[in-house]
Order: sequence, then structure tokens, then C-alpha cells
Amino acid sequence: MLESIIQNVINALQWGSFYALIALGYTLVYGVLTLINFAHGDVFMVGAYIAFFVATFFLTALGLPGWVALALCIPLTMILTSMVGVTLERIAYRPLRNKGAHRLYVVITALMCGLILEHANLAILGASRKAFPPLIDVVVYDVGGVTFTNLKIAVIVTAFLVFFFLHWVVTKTRVGMAMRAISYDKFAVPLMGIPLDQIIVVTFVLGSGFAGLAGLMFAMSYPVLEPYMGALIGWKAFIAAVVGGIGDIRGAFLGGFLLGAVEIMVVAFFPSTFRDLIAFTVLLAILTWKPTGLFGIAKTTKI
Amino acid sequence: MLRRFSVHLLLALFGGVIIYCAYQEYLSLYVMSVLMFMGVNVILSTSLNLVNGYMGEFSCGHAGFMCVGAYVSSLLGVWLFAKDKVFGEAVFDPEYALYAFPLLILAGGVAAALAGLLVAIPSYKTRGDYLAIITIAANYIIISTIENIGVIGGSRGFMGMKSLLNEMEEVVELPWMPIWVFVFTVFCVWLMRRYVSSTFGKGVTAICQDEVAAEIMSVNTNKIKTITFMLSSGMAGIGGGLFAYILGYVNPGSFNILKSTEVLVMVYLGGMGSLSGSVLSAILFTILLELLRPLQILKWIVIPLMLIILMQFRPEGIMGNRELGDLFPRLKKFYRFK
Amino acid sequence: MMAKTQAQTENTPVLEIRGLTQRFGGLTAVNDFNVKLMPGELSGLIGPNGAGKTTVFNLASGFYQPSEGQILIDGVPTAGLKPHKVTALGVARTFQNIRLWNDMTVLDNIRVAQHYRLGYGFFHAIARSKRYQQREAEIEKEAAELLDVFDLKRFADDFPKNLPYGTQRKLEIARALSSHPKLLLLDEPAAGLNSSDIHELIRLVRWIHDKFDVTIWMIEHHMDVMMELCTQIKVIDFGQTIAEGNPETVRNHPAVITAYLGDDVI
Repeated sequence: MLESIIQNVINALQWGSFYALIALGYTLVYGVLTLINFAHGDVFMVGAYIAFFVATFFLTALGLPGWVALALCIPLTMILTSMVGVTLERIAYRPLRNKGAHRLYVVITALMCGLILEHANLAILGASRKAFPPLIDVVVYDVGGVTFTNLKIAVIVTAFLVFFFLHWVVTKTRVGMAMRAISYDKFAVPLMGIPLDQIIVVTFVLGSGFAGLAGLMFAMSYPVLEPYMGALIGWKAFIAAVVGGIGDIRGAFLGGFLLGAVEIMVVAFFPSTFRDLIAFTVLLAILTWKPTGLFGIAKTTKI
Repeated sequence: MLRRFSVHLLLALFGGVIIYCAYQEYLSLYVMSVLMFMGVNVILSTSLNLVNGYMGEFSCGHAGFMCVGAYVSSLLGVWLFAKDKVFGEAVFDPEYALYAFPLLILAGGVAAALAGLLVAIPSYKTRGDYLAIITIAANYIIISTIENIGVIGGSRGFMGMKSLLNEMEEVVELPWMPIWVFVFTVFCVWLMRRYVSSTFGKGVTAICQDEVAAEIMSVNTNKIKTITFMLSSGMAGIGGGLFAYILGYVNPGSFNILKSTEVLVMVYLGGMGSLSGSVLSAILFTILLELLRPLQILKWIVIPLMLIILMQFRPEGIMGNRELGDLFPRLKKFYRFK
Repeated sequence: MMAKTQAQTENTPVLEIRGLTQRFGGLTAVNDFNVKLMPGELSGLIGPNGAGKTTVFNLASGFYQPSEGQILIDGVPTAGLKPHKVTALGVARTFQNIRLWNDMTVLDNIRVAQHYRLGYGFFHAIARSKRYQQREAEIEKEAAELLDVFDLKRFADDFPKNLPYGTQRKLEIARALSSHPKLLLLDEPAAGLNSSDIHELIRLVRWIHDKFDVTIWMIEHHMDVMMELCTQIKVIDFGQTIAEGNPETVRNHPAVITAYLGDDVI
């Protein structure tokens, strides 16, 4: 009995790690720009594909051993994925921001960018799924009836490390302070001599980079890639971020794990086709009860 | 006198021509189906505009309500008037399908309106991004629910509606589907126009522009929100029902976030808060989709790209928040929606 | 011609507030506030910034629910009523920062404020029934008349955002009056006005008071406006009443002077 609980907890932590990593990216951008970057889930997908190509290149073209390929893959994926994110920001979001366009228009642009990423992938690479090459040997551990793999642990550890890193950046560094300042008042910040655009670029670098990392880890854990893989996960991770309380990275992190827990729990008791349905219903219920999310600060309207 | 009714006459003439062409089979089946989808798109785009344009919300899950309407009208129709594997023999004589059809579609609309409460009730306390998420979640929930109801086909879908159309044509030999689409399209647009042009309906615009002021200036915001959401999703349900009967087949997958996005594109293309804009953009968009059909996948790169460019250079869409009557004031002599 | 407000029993205050306390988290914005406004009064509420004046107005108009205390409009308690219901009881207000509907015509701004007394609902609107047509005609006529009375008729089809600031303020007051209130709450109506507009405002408020038979309660920082218009003034600071009386009394009250100017002033 206890084993199955622990087993489920570990599974929930691993499954939730992906949501958490992606949710962090949503929250960073939302906190700074009040923009739901609907393309973020697809950036995650792009990250997974980048990881695929990089890994395949290192493994087959260069014939490097698995773990070396992995060691190179991680930074390369993150850098390349953050470049994708920054490009999106530069060509799609920044022009609208400079025009002072209504937030809604930027959101729609983000939604459209996501669609373009998905279908460009479909058009260029075709509909066939890609198999991610194995980079490391998966070792299965069995501790008192609870099974887990080194990969699962690695995913969970990575998620926590990323969170602590981001938390440190946001609270202890000047860049992080600037990010928080922008989230309170975007207009005053440049007047105080803070380069708004640069900070925003940093935000996207962080968010997209870690989405890329999530893509790599997801590809290693579930080695089948397809162009729509980012869409559903993206939506869910976003909802998880909001349920946690968007704008606060602790909220996003917790929201991701909460969603992971809900989904694992659902699959444990219900047929798996009910997973999305119940997950969404639970999230909807939480939002109805606490509209600004679990950690969100309710803003009272002043008149 | 003739002037005042000129729009009505024009509309009747237009409808008459289309139906006659359908009857005589001057237009190919393909063209007919495109025209019918155009009508459905008009209903979808105007109904979403009510919530996204006039009320200024960001509803991203419109296809979910389409789905409710599609399934309810289809299931009811097949159960009552057709013989099929799931429901067995028809409950009523299929001859009566003709007279019951509008009721079937309306039933789908009512069901969808009730589903609209899923979004209406949270809207009392939340707005903007949070409500957007709720609409997305609602869309997924609706689709997921139907996918899990195996008895009506689940994700494989449901069919049998064609037999109703055949029955209707046997009773009176007319191209019934185009007729129904036309009738309902006009009905929906007419209904919405009457709603938003009344002082009662202007409460919606007041909520959009300043909800606090609206509430304090005696607008019952919760009631107006409920009515507006229910009207919007109800119309989507009507559109969905027609959609189902045109195809003769429904499956939940066709009402996913991509479909919702299509409707979003139409609304923002036409201009938020402009009914004539939504009608125009629905027509244009349907034509565009057909023109781009040979491009297949690239279609879904071209369309988002168009919208991105639109957001950059003309975010208010084709019409902004004006109506045709504002652009061409002399048209106003020909109609007065009082 | 604007109808006179409903007959009230001679002794029922239009507005009665008893023991009103409002807490926002750890902050007590209003503390044991009491007031009684009799029909036809023109009273003022003053106090330094952050004293809680607008909070009192927000409570009186139903926008907040009080933590403690009672608010009665013409003897009817407003506890648990949503703002639009409180307005229906006979309260109307203007806002510190103008809250007109900028993308609706001036005429529509007045008409939508009639929402609680439209006299028809959704189905009548759709069906364009006799009742709808009659009520719409009446409302439009009343709105046009009101604009005429306020000398705003020429702006009927314009948008508030295109009007001069002083005119917008006037429109906001006209809109508030359009719902035939018993009690009119004016929240800093002189804010942002230049001196000639302020004279105009004083004249306007006095004229409204005479012509519309409405009880007026005003928040203002411009002392000349208050002293000119109000018969009774209440002063609050940190959510509590520190002085009340006629303008002379309040002007020379030591607590008031301290509150505004600090206590190391000679």
C-alpha cells in the first residue's frame, strides 16, 4: 500500500516536472509582460526537436559516446531554443510593444506564432514521428517494491535545480530585481535607467532555454516526437501556472506539480481517457473557487 | 416604403437565387457546401463577436459549444427520426423530420446555451486572461466528455444525419440543407442585431468599457453577462448543429482548439464589436480557406501569418467597431433597425 | 421636466450610516463612521488624502460590503445588495477619476444609466414588442431632455473622450442624475478644473440642488467650493470623524487644522 503511494508520488513528481519547467517559462514572461505567451508550448516542442537533431548529429555524424553527446546536448539545446524564443520576441512581440498595442493583439500574435511553429514543423519534417535516440543507459532501481529509473530522478532533480536557480535570479540578482520592477510598472522602469528591452530578452532567454531543457528531458523520457506534442502540454502547463498563481514562480512551480499529481491520481483510479477531462475539471474548479490562483494576489479594483 | 424593406427584399432575393440554383443543380455540390459552411461561419463569427468584441472578453473555446449543439441536434434527430445502430428504430415517422428540423437545431442551441453557463458563471468574478483559460478548459472538457461516451461513438464520431436530409427531400423535393442554413443564418444575425442595438443590449458595451461604472450605474452585470454568454454559445450550438447535418457526420476532434482558433481569426479579422465586420470576414475567410486548400499544411501557416500581419498593421480588423452603415451613411436610408 | 423624487416620510433620513467600519486586511480604512442626511440637504465630506472619504462613498453606493455597521437609504438597509440594486434604491454617484463610457455616444451614456428602469427585458428587446418601442422612445426623450437641460444637447452624438474635461465632468453628473436619485454622491467634482470651471461647477451644483430636489453629499478638496455650497460639513481623518458642523465651525476647528496642516504650525 505504502509502496504504491510512493510509486505514485514519484511518478507524479516526474510527470509534474515537465509541467513545472514549462509553467516557469510562462510565468516569467507573464510576470514581466503580462503576456500569455501561447507559443511557449510550441517552443518546448521545438526544443525537443532541436535536441533530437543535435543528439542525432553527435551520435551518428560524430560518433561520440552517449554521455558526451548528452553533456553537449544540454547546453546546445538550451541555447538554440532560447534563440528561437528571443527571435519570436524580436520579430513578433517587440514591434507591437513599441507601438503600444493593446495586450490582446500581442496575445493573438502569440497564439498565431504557436500555430506557425506547429505547422511549419509539420510541413518541413512531415507527419511521421521521430524517434529520439537513446543517449544514456536507463538504469532501473527497485527499492522495496518501488521502481524508478535514473532518468526519472534526473528529471525531478533538474526541475528543482532550475527552480532554485530561477528563484535565486529573480530574488537575488539585479536582473531579477529589474524583472520584478517591470512586472509592477512597465512605464516607470525605463525612466529609471533600466534597459527594458534587454531585460525582456533575458526573460525570454531564461524561459525558452528551460523550455528547451524540458523538451530534451521529455524526449529522453518519452522518445517519440510529433509536431503537436507541445500544444496540449503547453495549454495544460499554462493552466497549471495560473492555478498556482501566475506571476509568481513559486506558484507556477507548484501548479505544475499539482497538475502532475492530479493526472497521475486520475490515471490510477479511472480509465486513462478520463485523464484530460478530470484534470481540466479540477483546474476549472480551483479557478472558480480561487480566481487568482492558489498563490495569486487578489487585486482589488480601486475606484 | 419600398426603401425601408429593401434590405429584407434583397436578402430574400439572394436566398431565393441560391436555393433555386441548388434546386436546379446549377451549382456543384462542392460550391453548395462551401456556401453552406459560409453561413455556418457567419453564425459562429457573429456569435463569438458578441462575447469577444462587444463584451470585450477573450473566449478561446467557442468550438466547444459548437460541439454541444452538433451532438445534441444530431443525436436527437437520429434517435427520433432515423433508424440506426445505436438507437434502433426511429421513434417518430421519418416524414415528420422536415417539420421537426428547426426544433432539432434549436434544441442543440438551447443545450449549448446551457453549456455556456460553464463560462458565464465564472465570468462574474474573473475577467481577461483568467476567463480565457476557463474557456479553453471548457472546450477541452466538452470534447473530452464526448470522447469518453463510447455508446455514441466516442472519438470515432457519430453519423446518420444524412438519412434525415433524405427523408426531408422525399417529403418535399427542395434542397433543404441550404434552405435551413440560410434561414438560421439570417435568424441568428437578426437576433444579435436586435440585442446589441437595444438600450438593454448596450449594457454589454458598457460592461466592456467600464464594468465598475456599469455596475454602479444600475446595470445588472451578472445578468447581462449570463444572457450574453448564453446567447453566444447558443448560437454556436445552432451553427454546430447545422455543421453536423451538412457533413452528415460529427466527431469531437473537429471541435478542438484549432476550430476555436479559426473562429477567433474571423472575429479579429472582421473587427471587434462590428456585426457587419464579422459577417464580411466570415465570408472572406471561408473563401480564403477554399482558395488555400491546395496548399494543405501551408494553409495553417498562411492564415496565422495573415493574422499576425493584421495585428501589426490593422489590429482593429476590417471594420474596426463600425458597421456598414457608418462607412456608407447613405446605406442608412435603406434600413433602420429600430 | 425632471419629476420630483418620491415623497418620503418627513423624518426618514435619505442616508443613514451607523457604526460603519471597513477593514481591508490589516488596515482599518473607516472606523465607526456615522452620518444622517435629511432630505434636501447639501452636505460635505472633507479630510486629508487617504482619510477614507471615497471608501465611505464606495460603501454607501454598494461597491463594498461593510465589515461592520449599517447603511440605510431612505430607511432601507443596503446590506448584501449589489451596487446596481443600491442604485435602484435611489443612490447615484460620480467618480474621482471620470468613468464615462468613452466609446459610446453621450446620449447612450445617459440611456444606459437607466438600465434598472428600462421596463423591458431580453425577450421584449428581441421581439421589439410594443412595450419595448414605447419604453425606448420614452427613455430617448427623457435623455434628450436631460441633455438639453444641462446644455449638452449639441454633444448628444459625440463621444465623451472628445469632449473638454469640464464638459465631461458635467456629463458625468448629468448621467448620475438621469436615474432620478434621492441621493447624489459627488466625489471630488472639482478635481482638475480651472478656476472659471470651478465657478461654473458651484453654480451647477446649486442649480441641481434647487431644480432636482435631490440630497447631495460632496467630497471635495477645494475649500472654497465646500464653504460656498455646503450647509453641513463632516471632517474625517484616518477613517474617523474628527469634526462636524457648519462651514464656520469646521474652518476654525483645531482638530481640522491639525489634520490638514500638522500640529507644529503657528
